[in-house]
Amino acid sequence: MSNIDLTRRRVLKTGAVAGAGLALPTIFTSGAHAFTNEPMGGSVTLGFNVPQSGPYADEGADELRAFQLAVEHLNGMGDGGMLNTFSSKALEGNGILGKKVEFVTGDTQTKSDAARASAKSMIEKDGAIMISGGSSSGVAVAVQGLCQEAGVIFMAGLTHSNDTTGKDKKANGFRHFFNAYMSGAALAPVLAARYGTDRNAYHLTADYTWGWTQEESIAAATEALGWNTVNKVRTPLGAGDFSSYITPVLQTDADVLILNHYGGDMVNSLTNAVQFGLRDKMVNNKNFEIVVPLFSRLMARGAGENIQGILGSTNWHWSLQDEGSKAFVKSFGTKYGFPPSQAAHTCYVQTLLYADAVARAGSFNPCAVAEALEGYEFDGLGNGKTLYRADDHQCFKDVLVVRGKENPTSEFDLLEVVEVTPASQVTYAPDHPMFAGGALGACNAG
Amino acid sequence: METILLQLLNGLDKGSAYALIALGLTLIFGTLGVVNFAHGAIFMIGAFCAVTLSRILNWSFETIDPEKLDFLGNPAKIKTPYVEAWFGPEFGGALIDWAVPLAILFSIPIMIAVGFAMERGLIKHFYKRPHADQILVTFGLAIVLQEVIKYFYGANPISTPAPDAFKGSFDFGAMLGFDPNMIIYPYWRLIYFGFAAVVIGAVFSFLQFTTFGMVVRAGMADRETVGLLGINIDRRFTFMFGLAAAVAGLAGVMYAPILSPNYHMGMDFLVLCFVVVVVGGMGSLPGAVAAGFLLGILESFASMNAIKSILPGIDQIIIYLVAIVILLTRPRGLMGKKGVMEE
Repeated sequence: MSNIDLTRRRVLKTGAVAGAGLALPTIFTSGAHAFTNEPMGGSVTLGFNVPQSGPYADEGADELRAFQLAVEHLNGMGDGGMLNTFSSKALEGNGILGKKVEFVTGDTQTKSDAARASAKSMIEKDGAIMISGGSSSGVAVAVQGLCQEAGVIFMAGLTHSNDTTGKDKKANGFRHFFNAYMSGAALAPVLAARYGTDRNAYHLTADYTWGWTQEESIAAATEALGWNTVNKVRTPLGAGDFSSYITPVLQTDADVLILNHYGGDMVNSLTNAVQFGLRDKMVNNKNFEIVVPLFSRLMARGAGENIQGILGSTNWHWSLQDEGSKAFVKSFGTKYGFPPSQAAHTCYVQTLLYADAVARAGSFNPCAVAEALEGYEFDGLGNGKTLYRADDHQCFKDVLVVRGKENPTSEFDLLEVVEVTPASQVTYAPDHPMFAGGALGACNAG
Repeated sequence: METILLQLLNGLDKGSAYALIALGLTLIFGTLGVVNFAHGAIFMIGAFCAVTLSRILNWSFETIDPEKLDFLGNPAKIKTPYVEAWFGPEFGGALIDWAVPLAILFSIPIMIAVGFAMERGLIKHFYKRPHADQILVTFGLAIVLQEVIKYFYGANPISTPAPDAFKGSFDFGAMLGFDPNMIIYPYWRLIYFGFAAVVIGAVFSFLQFTTFGMVVRAGMADRETVGLLGINIDRRFTFMFGLAAAVAGLAGVMYAPILSPNYHMGMDFLVLCFVVVVVGGMGSLPGAVAAGFLLGILESFASMNAIKSILPGIDQIIIYLVAIVILLTRPRGLMGKKGVMEE
C-alpha cells in the first residue's frame, strides 16, 4: 500500500513540476494550470453551495454562518475556534499555504439540477477550488458527481444517505457527517434497552435515496434485535398532511412507529402522529413509541413539544462538553447570538479539514489533497477521535443518541444526549452490502 | 371497517380545507371572472395570522437570572411574556394557550384588508386581460407573498399548537361498539370539520338570504344588466374578493395546529384546489364544496395500504385521474353552468 502511495506521490510531484515547466511560457492563460482552478495569485477561492431558498433555507443559512466563521479563523481573524483544539497544527491562521481564503456562495435550492448548476458556475466562473455544503443527499450525490468530473474536491455538508459514500462514492468526494447505517447501529442498543427486544415496528419513509437507505438500515438494525417489521410505507416528499398514512398504523399490531422523515416532513408526520394519540396508546400491553432516527434541532423546533421523549440520533450537539465543541460553540455563539446546528458544525469542520489537508500536502492539487485526507486520523473537532477512511472517504467517529428534552430550559435546549455510541460500534466493512455497488474510481485533478 | 371509517374521517377533514379554499376561488371566479392563483398564498397568510398573534401574545421582556447560565456560560436571560406580567400568569397563560382561536377574530380584518389591497392594487387592472395574463400575474403575486413571509418568519415550519383543552382524541370506536382505541380522531380535526361546515353555511346563507347576496348573485348571472339598473356591482364584487380572502384566511388560521405553518403551504394546496374548482364546475359554489369533500375522501381512500398494494402510487394521482374522468364525461364539471369559461 505504501509503495503505491509513494509512487503516486512521486508521479504527482513529477507531474506538477513538468506541468509547471510546460506552463511557464503561457503562465497567464488557463492552459497554464496543472489542475482545475489552480490558485495563482495571493488568494484562494472556496465555493459554498447551500440551500439559500426553498424549504431547507434556514439550515442553509446556518451552514453559511459556519463557513464564514471557518474562513475568518483560517485567515487568522476571530478567536480561532476549533483551530486551537484541532489535533493537527498545520494551519497557522495565515490563510491556506499563505494564500488568503475567499469564498463564493451558490444556492442549491435543494434541487439536484439547481445545485449542479450553481456548483458549475462557482467552479467555472469564480474559480472555486473546492465545493462544500448542502442539506440533502440527493443534492450531495449530484454535486459530488459534478466535482469528480470537474476535478475539484467536494467536502459534503449535511448528507445522511448511505449512498453518498456507498454506491455513489467518488474519489474527489469526502463526507464528515454520519450516515443511516451508523444511526441504526447506534440506536439499536438504546432501543433494545428502553423498549425491549419484542417489538413490532411500522416504518413511514420519505420516498427518495436518503429515506430508502435509512429505512433499510434501521429495519436491519432493529430486526437484528429481534424486532418484527410490520410494514414499510413510502410517503411522497412534502406530503403535507400525513393523517392518511398515520391512521392505518392504528389498525395494525405495531407498537413502534419509525419516521424516516427529515425537515418539514418530519415535523408534519410527527405532529400528526402525536395528534392521533399514538403516544398515549397501549398495544400488546406496551406503550406505543415513536422513533425519529435522524434528528435535527433546527427542524425539531417546528414540532414543538411533540418531540419530547422521542429517541433519535444526531451527528453533533452544541451541549457537548469536549474542548473542540466548547470552542466552536463559543466562537459561533459570540458572533451570532445562538448555538450552531449540526449542519453548521459539519460544514465548519469540513472547511478546516480541507484547509488542513492542503497545508499538509503542501499543494492545492485535488489528488494531493485527497491523498492527505485518506486514512487521516484527527481529534479535537467535536466528535472525539475520527478517521477519514481511505476506502470510501467516510468519517468514522462516535454517534450521539439523543432524546427530545422533557423540560427545555431555552428555545435551543431541545435535545439531550442519552448515549455516545463509540465509533467501533458503528464501523462497518467497506464492502458491506448496504454500501456496495460503486467504486471510488481515480482521483481527477481536472 | 375501522379503516374505512377512519379514512372517511380523514377525507372529510382534508375535504374541509379543500372546500374552504375552493369556495373562495370559485367565488372570485364567479364574480370577477379572475383566475386567482394567489389564493393559496392567502390561505398561507391566514395560517401566519395565527403564528403572528401567538408571537404577539408571547412578546416578552427579559430579566437576568444570575443563578442560571445560558449556552455561553453567561447569566441567563429569562423571558416573561407581557400578557403574563399584565394579567397574571393564569389569565395571561390562557390567552397564549388560546392564540389560535383568538386569531380567528384577529385575522378577519387583516384578511379582508389583504383581499381589498390585492384586488384594488393589482388584480382590477387585469379584469379585461386574457385568463393567461391573470394566471401569470396572480402566480407571480403568490411567489412574492410567500417570499415576504419567508423573509420575516424563516423557511422552517413554526409550531402553532391548539389550546390544551383540545389536545387528545375522541374515541369513536368505543362509541360505535368497536374495540377502544381503534377509531380515534383528534379533537382539533373534528373542530376543523365543524368550523368549515359553519363557514360554508354562513357564506351560502349570506348569498342566499341577504339583499347584498341577491345582488351579487344577480351580478354573477348578468353583470351588465345589474349595472344598467344603477347598481355599483364592481364595489360589491370587490367586497366579495375580501370575503373570499377572509374565508381562505380562516381556513388557514384553523389549519395551523394541524400542520405547522411554513411559507410554501399555500402552493401545496393551490393546485389541488384548482382541480377541485374545475371538477366542481367553474364558478359553481355548491360544486366547489361537493368536489372538495369528494376529492378529499377519494384521496384518503387511495392512500389505504390495501389499495396501494394493488395500485402503487395511486394516492398521488387519484385526484387528477378523477378530474380527467369527470371532465371527459361532464366537460363543465359536476355542477358547472353553461356559458362559464366558454366564451
